[in-house]
Amino acid sequence: MTVEQSPLAAFAHEGGDVRIAEIPFLTQLDLRLDPDGPAFPAVAKALGGELPTAPCTASRLGDVDALWLGPDEWLLLAEPGRQRELEVLLRAAIGEEHGAVVDVSAQRTALSLAGPAAREVLARGCSIDLDPRFAPAGTCVQTLLARTGVTIVVQEERFLLLVRASFAQYLAAWLVDSTDGAGR
Amino acid sequence: MQLIPCPWCGPREEAEFHYGGQAGVAYPENPAELDDEAWARYVFFRDNPKGPFAERWVHTAGCRRWFNAVRDTHTYRLMRVYR
Repeated sequence: MTVEQSPLAAFAHEGGDVRIAEIPFLTQLDLRLDPDGPAFPAVAKALGGELPTAPCTASRLGDVDALWLGPDEWLLLAEPGRQRELEVLLRAAIGEEHGAVVDVSAQRTALSLAGPAAREVLARGCSIDLDPRFAPAGTCVQTLLARTGVTIVVQEERFLLLVRASFAQYLAAWLVDSTDGAGR
Repeated sequence: MQLIPCPWCGPREEAEFHYGGQAGVAYPENPAELDDEAWARYVFFRDNPKGPFAERWVHTAGCRRWFNAVRDTHTYRLMRVYR
């Protein structure tokens, strides 16, 4: 039997004005699809909403978060254990059309960053302007945070960071370091 | 740090990008018919202007798309980016 092990194994940090916690084992599916092709509306129907086509945005479709990764690429996030069900659903919707669904759940782990100083902590290692006027909830950027490739999803009340499993420990340590003096 | 305007993601730091050399270098129509000299010219020889230069860039740390840019090699100013 295989035992699921998250790269950060129950990591959590709470200090000052920042709360950081790992959200392990999320279902993550990489979806490639032509946004102008016939499979696009079929997938929208299957998911109960249209995939976001504006760059650097994310949408909530039912109980699935759809993140824009590129003009023909999305990352679908859902609760742990839904890989098979969603794969079958999407493959059926795509049918014979050109498209791809790949389970990439093990590639990245997720961290949630919340609290009044969360934005300041991110600003210490990231050049993206995350001020709510420029990055409201629903913004999703792929960028570098402390030299590590991350996907930052701005949600109500928190940031979701997706980071490659092998970089997760480094990033978590960097985040904890960067909370020092934040919010003062 | 220099900002490069990705045609998809908008202005981002240069460190997120990788350079792809001169744009518009066409693959030879009949590669088997090229002699060594012509093949070497296709593989290795590139323009080296002082001034505007059409280049390929990829937004590696972002959307991972390739795009074209016209950059002034003298001032490093990006005059235009296009998909």
